[in-house]
Order: sequence, then C-alpha cells, then structure tokens
Amino acid sequence: MATTDLRRFTGFRAITILCLVVLYAPLVIVAVYSFNDSTSITRWGGFSFKWYADVFTGPDAPKFRAAAINSFTIAIGAATCATAIATAAAVAMNRAGRFRGKTASLALINLPLMVPEIVTAVASLIFFITIGFKTGLMTIFIAHIVFCIPFAYLPISARMQSIPDMYEQAAMDLYATPWEAFRLVLLPLMVPGILSGFLLAFIISLDDFLITNFVKGAGVETLPTAIFGSVKQGIKPNIMAISTLLLGVSVVFVTLSWIIGRAGQSKQ
Amino acid sequence: MAGAAPQGASRSEIYRGNGGRLMLPVWVFIGIFLVLPVLLMAIYSVLTKEFRGGVIWDFTLAAYDQFFLNRGLFGDEPPTVEWTYIGIFWRSIWQAGLATVFCLLIGFPTAWFIATRDPRSRSVWLFLITIPYWVNLLIRTVSMKFLIRDTGPLNEFLLWTGVISEPLSLINTNFAVQLGLFYSYLPFMVLPIYAAVERYDFSLSEAAADLYADSWTTLRLIILPVVKPGIVAGCILVFVPSLGAFLAPDLLGGAKTFMIGSLIEEQFKGAAGNWPFGAAAAMILLSIVMGVLLIHARAQTRGDG
Amino acid sequence: MNQHSIAVDVDKVVKRYGSVTALHGVSMDIREGEFFTLLGPSGCGKTTLLRCIAGFEDVSEGSIRLHGEDIAPLPPHKRPVNTVFQQYALFPHMTVLENVAFGLLRRGWSAMDANGRAREVLALVQLSDFARRSPGQLSGGQQQRVALARALAPGPQVLLLDEPLSALDLKLRQAVRVELKQIQRETGIAFVFVTHDQEEALTMSDRIAVMSAGHVQQIGTPREIYEAPVNRFVADFIGETNLLEVEVGSVSDGMADIALPGGARLTCPAADGAQRGTGHLSIRPERITPAPAGAGSLQATVEDHVYLGTDIQLHMRLSDGEAMVVRMQNAAAAGIPERGTVLGLEVEAGAARLLAD
Repeated sequence: MATTDLRRFTGFRAITILCLVVLYAPLVIVAVYSFNDSTSITRWGGFSFKWYADVFTGPDAPKFRAAAINSFTIAIGAATCATAIATAAAVAMNRAGRFRGKTASLALINLPLMVPEIVTAVASLIFFITIGFKTGLMTIFIAHIVFCIPFAYLPISARMQSIPDMYEQAAMDLYATPWEAFRLVLLPLMVPGILSGFLLAFIISLDDFLITNFVKGAGVETLPTAIFGSVKQGIKPNIMAISTLLLGVSVVFVTLSWIIGRAGQSKQ
Repeated sequence: MAGAAPQGASRSEIYRGNGGRLMLPVWVFIGIFLVLPVLLMAIYSVLTKEFRGGVIWDFTLAAYDQFFLNRGLFGDEPPTVEWTYIGIFWRSIWQAGLATVFCLLIGFPTAWFIATRDPRSRSVWLFLITIPYWVNLLIRTVSMKFLIRDTGPLNEFLLWTGVISEPLSLINTNFAVQLGLFYSYLPFMVLPIYAAVERYDFSLSEAAADLYADSWTTLRLIILPVVKPGIVAGCILVFVPSLGAFLAPDLLGGAKTFMIGSLIEEQFKGAAGNWPFGAAAAMILLSIVMGVLLIHARAQTRGDG
Repeated sequence: MNQHSIAVDVDKVVKRYGSVTALHGVSMDIREGEFFTLLGPSGCGKTTLLRCIAGFEDVSEGSIRLHGEDIAPLPPHKRPVNTVFQQYALFPHMTVLENVAFGLLRRGWSAMDANGRAREVLALVQLSDFARRSPGQLSGGQQQRVALARALAPGPQVLLLDEPLSALDLKLRQAVRVELKQIQRETGIAFVFVTHDQEEALTMSDRIAVMSAGHVQQIGTPREIYEAPVNRFVADFIGETNLLEVEVGSVSDGMADIALPGGARLTCPAADGAQRGTGHLSIRPERITPAPAGAGSLQATVEDHVYLGTDIQLHMRLSDGEAMVVRMQNAAAAGIPERGTVLGLEVEAGAARLLAD
C-alpha cells in the first residue's frame, strides 16, 4: 500500500503554476513587445531596440527624463527620511521601555497602511490647499515620506527585535555611553534591516501614482503620472519600453533587498 | 535566568526615558501630514461647495444629503432614497468582494503548495510570488490592459488556436476590473496564508488521517479552521485596497464599472468637481474600511483571550 | 586587614517590579579579592542582584556601595565593574581583539595602548592566536574565555559573572572551573559569580550566599554551608540530606539535646535560632553508618537500594514511617543488604545538625 502524503492535494500545484502565469504573463508580454520593431503595437515586426532609443532621444524624451529625475530624487529623499524616522521609532518601540503614547504610536506608524490610498490622496490635497502650501515637488516629497514610514519600519523593527539587548548591555558595561552603544553596537548590527527598509521605501515611493497625482500640482510629473497621462491616449510602444525599464529597476531592488535579508539572517 | 518576569521587564530599557523623543518625528510627520489632513477632510465634507473647485466656509450637510437622498430635479420634492451613489458603493463592495473570493480560491492552494515545499525551494517560490507585487502597480495594470485588449495578444492567441472565432470583448467589463483587482492584490492573499500554513502542525493532519478522515475532509474540518486567522487577514488585505482602488477600474473598466475611487477622484478634477461631496464620499469609504478593521481587531483580541 | 576590606557592600536592597518583589531587603559584604558566589534556584533573585550591582536595574530601596561609594546615581557605563554575560554577548561584527579592546577605548585609552593591553589579556586566557577571528568562528569554550578577557581588560574593581558556564557542556565546564579560579587568584579581583549549580559553587567559591525567594538564607564558606546549614532550605538545596522531625529537649551554647524517632537521645550542634519543641534535624546520608539490628541510635528497614558504583544508596524506612537515605561505601567485604532487612543506624555526634526552622 502506498502511503499518501498528507501535505499534498491534487491540483494545488497546477493552481500555483496558473497563479504564476497570471502574475507574470502580462509583464512578460509587455517586455517582449517592447522590443517589437513594428509601429503597430500588436503585430510582431521583428526584434529591435528602437523604442528604447525613442524613450531616450524621441520627441517625448525630455518629458520622461524630467519625470524620471523627479521620481528618483523623490524616492531617494523620501526613503532616506522615512528610514531615519522609522529607525528612531524602532528604537523607541523596542529599546525604550514604556512611555506615554506607546500604543498610540504603533497605531500611528501603521495608519498609512490602513487608510485607503484615495482617502489619503484627497486629504493631503485638501490640507496643502487649505494651508496655502503650493503643490509641487515639495508636497509630493512630504506625502511620500508619510506613506513610506510603515514600509521602512517593518523590516527595521523586525531586525531590532531579533537582536538581543545583551549586546547593548555589554557595551554599556564596558563604559560605552548610550549613544556609543547605539552607534558602535546596535546600528552596525541593524544594517541589514535598515537597508531592506530603505529599499522597500524606495520602491514604494517610486511606485506611487494616486497620491502623487493629487498633490503634484500642475506641470510637475513623476514617471507614474507621466505614464498614466500617456496611456490615457492609448498604449504606445515607447510606454512599453519605459515600463520594461521600470520593471527591471523594481526586480533589481527587490532582489537586492531579498539577498541582504538572507545574508542578515544567516549571520545571526 | 533568575525570574523570567524581572528580566522581561527590564529587557527593553536601554534608552528608557527617550521613547517620546525618538517617536517625535513619527508624530510630526504622520500626525501633521496624515491625521490632520483626514480631520480637515471631515470638516470639508460639511462645507459648501465652490463652483470652480474648492469650498466656501459655510457649514451644511448638503454633501451627505446629495449622497443619500433624492429631492427631485429642483430639490422641492419629498426626499426619497438616492440610489446612484449607494449603488456605486454597493457595486464597489461587490467587485471587491468577488476579487477577494477569486484571490482566496487561487491564493489558498498557492500558499499551501509553497508552504509545503522544502525550505530551500520554498523561499524561491515565495520570492517569485512577491516580485510582481513590487513592480509598479500602474505598469502591471497597463500590462493587463494591453494583454486583454480586443486586438491584444490574448485574443490574437485564442483566435490563432481556433478556440474562438470572434475576439472576446474583455476590456471595459466587470470581469476585466475583477481580473485587475485580483492581479493587483493576489500577493496580499498568499503571504498571510503562507505564514499560517508554515506554522501549521502537520501531526494534526496525521491524527485526522489516523481517525479515518480523507484528505479533503481533513482540509475542511482541521486545516481550514486552524489557518483561519491567516485567511481572514488575507481577505482583509485584499478587500480593503480593492474597495478604494482607482487604477484597475479606471484603466480596465468603463463607465458601467464606475467604482468609489473614480467617483471620489472625479470630484477633485476640473471645474465639474464638488469638493465637499468628494470629501463626504471619502469619509464614507474611510468609515467602511475602519469598520472592517475594527471588527477584525475585536475578533482577534477575543480570539486571543 | 587589607584583604578583608569590603569591595561591595549590599545594604538592605529591595527590588520591586510593579507588585512583584524580587529582592526582600538583601544584605551582604563582598570582600576585596574573594570569589563570592550567589547560589540559588531560578527565580531566587540572584541574577537580579547581580544586575543591580552592574547598573542594569535600579534598586527600589537600600543601597549598594562600591569601596564605600554609593553607586546608585551611576549609570552602567560609569560603574567600574564589568560583567561576563550568560550568553557572552560578544559583539558579532567585531573581531576578538576589537571586542577585548572595546572597554579600554571607551575609557579613553589610545588605540595602541588598548591593543597592547587587549593582547596581554588574551594571552592570560590563552587565546593570543585568535585575536583576528570573529567570535562566531570560535567554540563555546573559547567564546567564554573571550567574554572573560573582555570583562577583565579594563581592570574592573569587581567582576560580575552571570552563570558563565551554563552554556558549556559538562566536561568543558569542569575544566573551565579550575581555570577561572586560577585567573581569579592571579588577578586578585573580587568575583561575584551567579549560579544555580551547587557543585560549581562549592568547588570554586571562597564564600557563598545561598538565596531563595528574594531572601539571603545563609552566607558562609562552602564548608560552613554544607556542614552547618542554618535551615531546611539550605540543608536540602546543598547536597543530599535527611530531614527528620525531632523533639528538642533543650538548646544551650549551640548544642541541643534531642529525642530521635524510636526514643534514642542525641546531643548535636544546633543552628542559631533553634528552639525547644519540635524541630528538624539534618543528617547527611554519607555520615550514617549501618550497623547490625539493635545497635545504633535509629532502627530502619531497607526498602530498596540503588547501585551507584563507588557508593550504594539505601532507601530505608524508620519505625515511625519516616523515609531515610543512607549512603554506604561499596567495600568489597560488605554485601548489599537485602530488601526487608532491619538495620541499626549509627549517627556520629557531629554528623547531625539541628536546624533553625
């Protein structure tokens, strides 16, 4: 009598593969068609880099270049600020004992994840308009910091929880001031968590369309808003090339974050 | 050692007394740039609309009145229930609910399959599932639009194989919107279920098998109840963002598939906008979402106790 | 005189965590240059006291003085004491040498001097060849020695050791005991050593404080603790013992006159605080000699025996129903008494001790 594997259910493997096909098919197809030589986007006309050339030198190139610069500047800046804020918050939550408003603080950190994006977008627009803050790069930057905080916080706090407090105690026992204990012992041990927090925040910022679209103000574009504007007039091959490039950036960053996370785990 | 409780109490106090100071940036940023704006939005929802966008600071419940009640073309008839906006909300809930069900039907077997691989290949499978989530949502939605267009690769392929003789008209349908939502949030369903299945103690399945349960009975009576918290978390993580989604309905749906996100967005774009009405709709959406989260949190704490 | 000056003076220390009290007014003097052990079961407050001395816990009441100076206002990084942590807490991102030099650099040593001193201390613990390794590459025993070197390097006035041997396996632990005691003697620093292992405490300590439930039960040399326990907790926790309920006739000048079960009378040393009436007598199993029935001061029936190699343990029952354990040497001549045999038990005068409770 053959024994049955209790972990196996007929069809689950097929569903998993279907799941991956559904997830990847649109991306793969867009990536393939971005190399299409034909001007008609559905007929395959041979392999070519011409749409990539178009992205960098074509008539829309200045628009996309400006949008890309905005996107990356904001993503780097917002991710840096969010990471710093999240690191301080993680120290407070994990290493500062009890303090007034601790529970409320945790809820506050997670609030951007709970409020629907469209609501955040509307509220931010209303707020900036009411206080007379001119919408533009600065408002995008501030809004991005806010929703990047929880994404940066999660890996940083998880990492800090996994570091036993005996290391800082040992440091202080050996005459390190609290600041030295943080700088020389806790911070170096937290590097993997901080890096993956930064990378996640970076991708999330780069990804955002809805909130950016509300607070960006006239004339300022990021890559997602520029792409959205373009798509509204129909999907052109150069959009597929840009999409493929952005897709590549995301994959590279997530892979980096994954590798750093694994390296951090195996070291512990 | 000596007393777990005393050490537990002291374990996190290296920076004791500095908690408030370290948390200050969070309070400043999220407090000022999220909590305050949401409160302001609540106030806006009871102000009077300005015709070219914006508001006049006169308090009125007109926005909510417009949302729920129909007073006829000239506003002088006895009020009856206004179904237009409730209908849009209802459709959104329905669409988000269906997307959640699809995600669960596909997501549970996927999560189960991944969680029962050996640890090395498990992390690779998991990685494959998470990558699409990190790819720009707009790009993913545009890709889906491209794929399922009337003259898109999917129809071309199906025509070529002879399965169909006329192109399927998928775009601008409810199905397209559901497909888009499903595609956008599927990883949210897989990850919490995966976490729950990974913790599942397989000796429970062995005990069930020993007591004459076949594998599907075991799934129904043992596994599903045990991993339920993961399933519920996954459903919430899919349902909540689907409800307020903007990109999938906007790019894949048409006028007939109008959802909350688009309704709100419309109020803030151009001269036809109505800020108080948009704020009111956003408040109602926020209330529904917070209600769902609150019920979930309640159920969770009761489950723990 | 100097040898007996006080290094750490713990005075009526109370430590509360909310409604839980971990230390109930604990007092002790730890002398200069001595190996002092805090011994007790888990939860007795010994680690809490150590952490109070190190500065990781605030004292709720009472005071701790280091060479006469109250250290309450000093945070851990300003206290001239160092700790060897239970899990060692070696900084994983630094080399062995960097770990050992860490405290010296914080105290303002120049990098060169700190390295020189660190190498010196590493030589003391015989790890000179491992200076450039990362702690993760070392064995448990080596890590333990690095932790010791790191704590010794800054030349603390008192070294605190929190169950430093508990993570090692038995064989290694026994070897490290000897080494640790040697290093203590060479450096002349007062060691405060926390353990729940009585054998460890007995073999290494100059003096032991036995603790239970947040109270100090007894402070004394290993010999005093073992041979002259003051109460049932100490007698029972240190080694094996028989506790018999006895009638105490009179107590005077540290000697008691008592009636044993079965009627025989015995004069034996009494702990301070022992009183007339019903009391408890502690008799170590190895201090009882079996004799033929009728002889000796107690009569008991053999119920079972356990063969231990060098010894044979007899489980016996007294006529009034109390259980008694006797250890006899496994001498070739003597056979093992059969079950049901009635034996007389001779209790040497100095072997029994009347306890305070």
